[in-house]
Amino acid sequence: MNFEFSEEQELLREQARGFLTEHCPPTAVRAVLEGDADHDDVLWKKIVEMGWTATVIPEEFGGLGLSYLELVVIAEELGRSVAPVPFSSSVYLATEALMACGSQAQKEKWLPLLAAGEAIGTFALAEGNGRPSLKSLKTQMGEAGLSGRKLPVADGRRADFAIVVGASDAGDGASWYLVELDQDGVSRESVRTLDFSRGHAVMEFNDARAELLGGEGAGWGATERLLDRAAVLFAWEQVGLADAAMIQARDYAMGRYAFGRAIASYQAIKHKLANMYVKNTLARSNCYYGAWALNTDSAELPLAAATARVGAIKAAVFAAEENVQTHGGMGFTWEFDCQFYYRRAKLLGVNVGSEGYWQDRLITAYEQNNAA
Amino acid sequence: MDFNDTQEEAAFRAEAAAWLKANVPTADELEGLDDIAASKLWQKRKYDAGWACIRWEKKYGGREATAIEQVIWNQEEAKFNTPGGVFVIGQGMAAPTLMAWGKPEHHERFLPKLASGEEIWCQLFSEPAGGSDLAALRTKAERDGDDWVINGQKIWTSGAHYSDYGILVVRTDPNVAKHKGLSYFFLDMKSPGVEIKPIKQLTGGANFNEVYFTDVRIPDSQRLGEVGQGWQVALTTLMNERAAIGGGGAGVNVDVAYRIASEVMIDDKPAIEDSAVRAKLADWYVQESGLRFTGYRSMTAMSRGEIPGPENSIGKLVGAPKTQEMASFCMDLLEMSGAIWDENLSKEEGLLQLTYMGAPGGRIAGGTDEIMANIIAERVLGMPQEPRMDKGMSFNEVPTGSN
Repeated sequence: MNFEFSEEQELLREQARGFLTEHCPPTAVRAVLEGDADHDDVLWKKIVEMGWTATVIPEEFGGLGLSYLELVVIAEELGRSVAPVPFSSSVYLATEALMACGSQAQKEKWLPLLAAGEAIGTFALAEGNGRPSLKSLKTQMGEAGLSGRKLPVADGRRADFAIVVGASDAGDGASWYLVELDQDGVSRESVRTLDFSRGHAVMEFNDARAELLGGEGAGWGATERLLDRAAVLFAWEQVGLADAAMIQARDYAMGRYAFGRAIASYQAIKHKLANMYVKNTLARSNCYYGAWALNTDSAELPLAAATARVGAIKAAVFAAEENVQTHGGMGFTWEFDCQFYYRRAKLLGVNVGSEGYWQDRLITAYEQNNAA
Repeated sequence: MDFNDTQEEAAFRAEAAAWLKANVPTADELEGLDDIAASKLWQKRKYDAGWACIRWEKKYGGREATAIEQVIWNQEEAKFNTPGGVFVIGQGMAAPTLMAWGKPEHHERFLPKLASGEEIWCQLFSEPAGGSDLAALRTKAERDGDDWVINGQKIWTSGAHYSDYGILVVRTDPNVAKHKGLSYFFLDMKSPGVEIKPIKQLTGGANFNEVYFTDVRIPDSQRLGEVGQGWQVALTTLMNERAAIGGGGAGVNVDVAYRIASEVMIDDKPAIEDSAVRAKLADWYVQESGLRFTGYRSMTAMSRGEIPGPENSIGKLVGAPKTQEMASFCMDLLEMSGAIWDENLSKEEGLLQLTYMGAPGGRIAGGTDEIMANIIAERVLGMPQEPRMDKGMSFNEVPTGSN
């Protein structure tokens, strides 16, 4: 049994944590949250210099060719520091989509740019309220180009290209289109989300130039497979965030006195923290399973991803909510940093599918595993 | 990151599996034996072949196996339906305490018979006035020559009626603070003055007992640790209790719940198609899976020769309430018939009802949910204890609510 990270991966974690402590302190998160920028450009450039955007991209496409075990270590630390950067859109979604379905030419064009941080990519699925479905997809390819409206698109204002899910008469009912965003056929406007530290856009396509990514009518299956992979990576960010929120709550409770003693000595607070610890530990262990499945391309990936994702959503949202509660009135102020976790946990909890979506996917995957 | 055994582990697993395959008692061999006789038969067979208590020293019947080998052995033995629950307290709790605090003559006399299953032990700790606050126990011991004379009452003693020996914590000095006035002994359960009364549980069964002591004499040579050091000795036992109980009970799990949800209907469709049902099952799957992989992480630590972290302390805290919730939910799926507890009429031959009725015990035994949460908060997260009203008081001044 070797169900742990290697020494080299632990070393990478230490390095990543040290780097983010220095370059992504709470003041950096606050600057984006209070300002107009979509992300922290200085931090993003430094992250690119660290090579993190190149982690799993094969060397032939300008990447480092490392494994997903390295990438999840980085994801956890980014989650822990609530980093205001387009990493998830560009790395967990756009890069993964290209590696999964891109033609040789598409990979040769885009992967080196993604690895070097010279391009930011994103993934555009949702078209408004409700769970995305084949029936609700309105974006589609016409004779003159791609038309439709996507919202919200994470990092949509700063991205160089988007992979857009459109309806199709062929195959499984959807196709993927790679759309370069700097063109007349595309307009994008910033849309406010509850996490002010992460930029989002409403994206409109009017006969936009677009090229197929993957087969015509192969887009819905590809979307589910992409979401499985992204779910593991998002889950690791959530686990990092949950741990940070728990530690913040614990530390505050140790120093805050009421009725003559630290509030950390009251069972009402201790049991709240113990509950956080339990949820975090279960989520983390399930994330190990997800990382293993992602890294080995296991047939169990759909089940492992959903299991990691459901546990991580619960852990992060619970820790963020109860961290505010533990801080009392001060936790509800703008001045305190509790809001960072509270905003980000909920954003992460819906942006590659909600808890309900992943609970449903989990049982479907469980059924398929049993049938196999 | 992988799930594979190392070469040595794989070799050990193969050896254990082969021996088990050839030696696990057949149904014919166990025919007509009660649980204790069946357990003793299997334990003796393991002992004779060097497969009992495998981590113990060879001279006491073990094979000096590593922690990871113990896990592998447990996994392999669990593939068979073998008897043996009656030895958990003796081998899992009394023996480690004897090893840590007993004298060489105690080791030589008692450990081999614990390993061979010849002698069964029970634990005499809890009292009507000392459960979660175990150190508030009142059973007293007074010195009389080379003996101690014991008077008082213990409760929740599993297997007292068939045990040969018991481990016992008593108060030897009521005039000092409560943790400081305790001492630890072991005694022959057949001693004059020991009276055992079964407790009927809310399930209707009677798995544990009240044990009354009236002028029971224990030789001082059966004391473990110094007089007044009983609390430290008891902690050795309790740390092993949580390891021995861990994991929570089996019974109703996601596989069972899924089977039921596939068979029963909601609005003429299988319940498993209902999104609320799927959500519930998914959450329990996440918990089961999380515990399994937390266990794998602990195994990895052991495989590397490390001591596992505190993650495993969550097993009982998660598993016990989950079992209760799942049994309850599955009965709800059966609607009005959920109340029926009948081998022929109930789903799964009444497993849901049986599990539901037993579940409160799982949430209390070996540390209540609340105590387990305190342990996590205090020992893992480093949070302070609640202030204690009895701190600094001698035991006989502590308020009790009964006077």
